[in-house]
Amino acid sequence: MDHFSLWLAAFLTLGIISFLYKDNPWYKLTEAIFIGISAGYWVVTLYWDNFYGKFWVNKGEEPTLWIGAFFGFLMLLRLIPKVGWLSRWPLAFIVGATSGLWLMNYFASNIMVQVQATIMPLFSTGYGTGFDADFATIVANFVIFFGTLTGLVYFFFSKEHKGAFGVGAKIGIFFLMITFGASFGYTVMSRMSLLIGRIDFLFGDWLGMIQ
Amino acid sequence: MKNIFSIPILVCLVISIPFSIFAQEKQSDSLIETSKVIAEPATSLIVSDYKYDNGNSLKLNWVPSIDDQLPAGKVTGYELFRSVNGGGFERIAEFPPQKNSFQDDKVEIGSSYVYYIDALSKDTATSSAKTELINPEREWFNAGKIPLLIMALIIAGSIFYFIETARRGKTLFVRKIAGLEAIDDAIGRATEMGRPILFIPGIQDMDDVQTLAGLTILGRVSKVIADYDTRIFMPVSRSLVMTAGRETIKAAYQSAGRPDAYSDDMVNYITDEQFGYVAAVDGIMVREKPATVFLLGAFFAESLILAETGNSIGAIQIAGTARPAQLPFFIAACDFTLIGEELFAASAYLSGEPKQMGSLKGQDVGKAIALIVILIGVIAATFSTAWDIAFMTSIYDFFTTIFSVSK
Repeated sequence: MDHFSLWLAAFLTLGIISFLYKDNPWYKLTEAIFIGISAGYWVVTLYWDNFYGKFWVNKGEEPTLWIGAFFGFLMLLRLIPKVGWLSRWPLAFIVGATSGLWLMNYFASNIMVQVQATIMPLFSTGYGTGFDADFATIVANFVIFFGTLTGLVYFFFSKEHKGAFGVGAKIGIFFLMITFGASFGYTVMSRMSLLIGRIDFLFGDWLGMIQ
Repeated sequence: MKNIFSIPILVCLVISIPFSIFAQEKQSDSLIETSKVIAEPATSLIVSDYKYDNGNSLKLNWVPSIDDQLPAGKVTGYELFRSVNGGGFERIAEFPPQKNSFQDDKVEIGSSYVYYIDALSKDTATSSAKTELINPEREWFNAGKIPLLIMALIIAGSIFYFIETARRGKTLFVRKIAGLEAIDDAIGRATEMGRPILFIPGIQDMDDVQTLAGLTILGRVSKVIADYDTRIFMPVSRSLVMTAGRETIKAAYQSAGRPDAYSDDMVNYITDEQFGYVAAVDGIMVREKPATVFLLGAFFAESLILAETGNSIGAIQIAGTARPAQLPFFIAACDFTLIGEELFAASAYLSGEPKQMGSLKGQDVGKAIALIVILIGVIAATFSTAWDIAFMTSIYDFFTTIFSVSK
């Protein structure tokens, strides 16, 4: 990296970090540069990747691409107020298709596969293996079983969380919170590596204090 | 004289030595050859497309080698080889003796396949004839998804039943969801403080169901905002979400009888770049100081940055996402969090319309079925594995078959 690029990168990095103190002109400048460049970059990327790369190059071979192009054209009609309502058609198509496709995906992964995966013997390492599980495996099996069961109870909306049902729901949210806590710690650690990367750039590449 | 006869005999003997050695070697070779165990190959190897699938299976059948007889046949097993698109043959499976069929589930539409099978004996492998070239095909109906269809029909039937029940005037009970109960209060707070409301629909496009769920809640939120005459601002990172967001808010303002108060400036596109968008939204938060922030949709690494900035300006924050990795950050930094399913239940809960309430109750039927099946299934699997009880085994097999889904 040449000197100018190095100093510019350091200047912009510190500009973004300066937000930790408070909103300031340096941050505003860095923010505007970041947004402007990234928005421009995405316009160019979408043009070359989608319009040119997917449609223009293959328009003769794939007649179905014209359907997408037609919908894209309808979206542009928003710019003409008189016929702007036509842009709702591609939106309706996207919303409808998304709902339909995701319905079955969610149904398969969140219900069918999860139920099948949870049906397992509690004192064994697998189905048909006898009493072969050690203590840790038995605990893990019980956690999966009760965690899934009580989690389902928590997300059951048709019954008030009272009495035995309420206890089940409370255990369910207990399981959820432990899971979230573990996930929180795990993700924070991965974010720390991003911070270390920036500090390494500032003190290593820029200031040369880390060899 | 004696030498005259002996010399040619000697010469003949010398000449014959290599031949005799060669003959002996050949004899010993043939002895080894006959002692090797050679099995006859498998025959009639036929490959056919697996019917009523997604185009990802081919079915192979063959007649086992005539030397494949239990208990002491020559065949020790089989090896199946496959060539993809005219490439070299690679071994893809091994079988024990007596096996005569196989389903290859690792094929793709658009590729062509040729197979042959080796019958293995103690010393050698004998190959069958190669199959014809075949391309897997996708059928209109995927039989592997019949269990999915049955479950979908049960839940859809429940939804229709509950919609009809609600239409007949019966009140359908839905428990309180704290995050959704707080929406009106949060908007009221912004109105009292004279500050705007910030609505962030995540960073995914309209092909993400979480974005759709977020926009559904936006419709309800906008209607209340229009009633209260409060300001709303919605920065987005996808152009289609901008269009859909504008349409949603516009429709809400119209239904509230305030079409004049609507402006396209309420929804603005920032950038598709994840952290560029975050930098802009953070800036908006500290400059505009919204009283209420909604974070409803699909979020990734930006979730904590946004929620923490919202927290630092003292805004009341209602967040919701179905991404488990981001929920902990919302729970830590926001006042109310809609966890997964609660986000999708929001539209029905907020509207209270019979149609939507029926769908919510129908989903609960699905959860109840899952709950019962898991409970019985785990008991059956445990008893079946521990004590080999036939009745329990049949229950376990039934449930695992019903809840299996092919690709």
